[in-house]
Amino acid sequence: MPNTLKGRDIISIAELSKPEILLVLKNAQELKKHPRPKLLEGLVMGSCFFEPSTRTRLSFETAMQKLGGRVIGFADPGVTSAKKGESLYDAIKIIGQYVDVIAMRHPLEGAARRAAEATDKPIINGGDGANQHPTQTLLDLFTIQECQKKLSNLHIAMVGDLKYGRTVHSLAQALTHFGARLYFVAPDSLQMPAYICDELKTKGVKFSMHKKMEEVIGKVDIFYMTRIQGERFADPMEYEKVKNSFVLKADMLKNAKPNLKILHPLPRVNEIETAIDKTKFAYYFQQAENGLYARQALLAMVLGKI
Amino acid sequence: MKEKKLLVNAIKNGTVIDHITAGSALKIIRILNLASHEKVVTVGLNLPSKSMGRKDLIKVAERELSPDEVSSVAILAPQASINIVKNYEIVKKFKIKLPEKIESVVVCPNPKCITNHEPMASVFFILPNGKHIKLRCKYCEKVFGHDDIREYRV
Repeated sequence: MPNTLKGRDIISIAELSKPEILLVLKNAQELKKHPRPKLLEGLVMGSCFFEPSTRTRLSFETAMQKLGGRVIGFADPGVTSAKKGESLYDAIKIIGQYVDVIAMRHPLEGAARRAAEATDKPIINGGDGANQHPTQTLLDLFTIQECQKKLSNLHIAMVGDLKYGRTVHSLAQALTHFGARLYFVAPDSLQMPAYICDELKTKGVKFSMHKKMEEVIGKVDIFYMTRIQGERFADPMEYEKVKNSFVLKADMLKNAKPNLKILHPLPRVNEIETAIDKTKFAYYFQQAENGLYARQALLAMVLGKI
Repeated sequence: MKEKKLLVNAIKNGTVIDHITAGSALKIIRILNLASHEKVVTVGLNLPSKSMGRKDLIKVAERELSPDEVSSVAILAPQASINIVKNYEIVKKFKIKLPEKIESVVVCPNPKCITNHEPMASVFFILPNGKHIKLRCKYCEKVFGHDDIREYRV
């Protein structure tokens, strides 16, 4: 399949077709096996982080550098003229004149789409508020494919804060291409939003809602954990009630399928017991590493080099 | 019926927006900035309607609504009909056709949407949803019902 991502902005996972997603994953796998240290030589990535980020920013920057490209940018908007009141549009228009591709994160929703209107250079969205984070979804899919040796017809549980977690929204949407059976495990107040469930129904995806992790743990191939954040609860007592019931402990994995892998977009606080790190089920650190290859593949593709 | 005929025929030239969802006429007046129209603007609220139960109606003398203006009415009153009146005769009558997208009219209800922080136009894609419509913000990608819209750019 030809690379249809050349010159494209990567703003939202919904804009990528199934063949395009599969091509990104194939290229990521290739780059993981066979590094290409000169592929992007002579090209510059603007790393524009208007909001703090460690994994996403560092993996974007490392991805560019490991392919031979260079990086300019900032990790704190305090050092830019945004502080002087410059619009995002103007800032990106100017940065776009210096660089070949821009990876960005911004606290406001829709910022990446707006940035894409300001420049002809490809914009890769590294997170815009609670809206989209497509590179996370691509690395999640890459990791699922890697650890299960397939992407189709898997049983996948999503656990924790499903209401506000953008990673689980995008992942659920992307999995509509791959015939997954989904299990949503969350307290009632943090269940998957209706608009995502409606979309899944329209696309014929089977899913069910659960209140306890134990209900699904023996059934699934992937257990995708997310963190429940105290600040999401209007009532602190409500948080106290649920916070300990969403901690994954090693003894809960007794009935797990042998191929089960636990994923987490990280950072983890206490929701996965550290004893699990050493088990064969833990795959979240490999998942974080895979961000490097997924981002390498995307950078090379939007720059038209593979 | 007699009352309706009287209302429609009462202007010599202009536009009659009929079959407006009851309760929406004043918002339409704001969006179209009809308060500053120097000619006669007549508003009927909660008029009896066979098809709708109750409806609103607006008559604007000496002004023909442009297609852009019509589409901004569409989000509030997707069932409305537009009558263009010339010399007391209805010369054109059409139902509002929902545009695919609407620019600049609606303020995105999401306070974290970039459109509320940058000097820029809002853009919404219109999704049909029975008698009402839903709007999807091009930028923050959130979907809103017409009840969620609290503000319009005028």
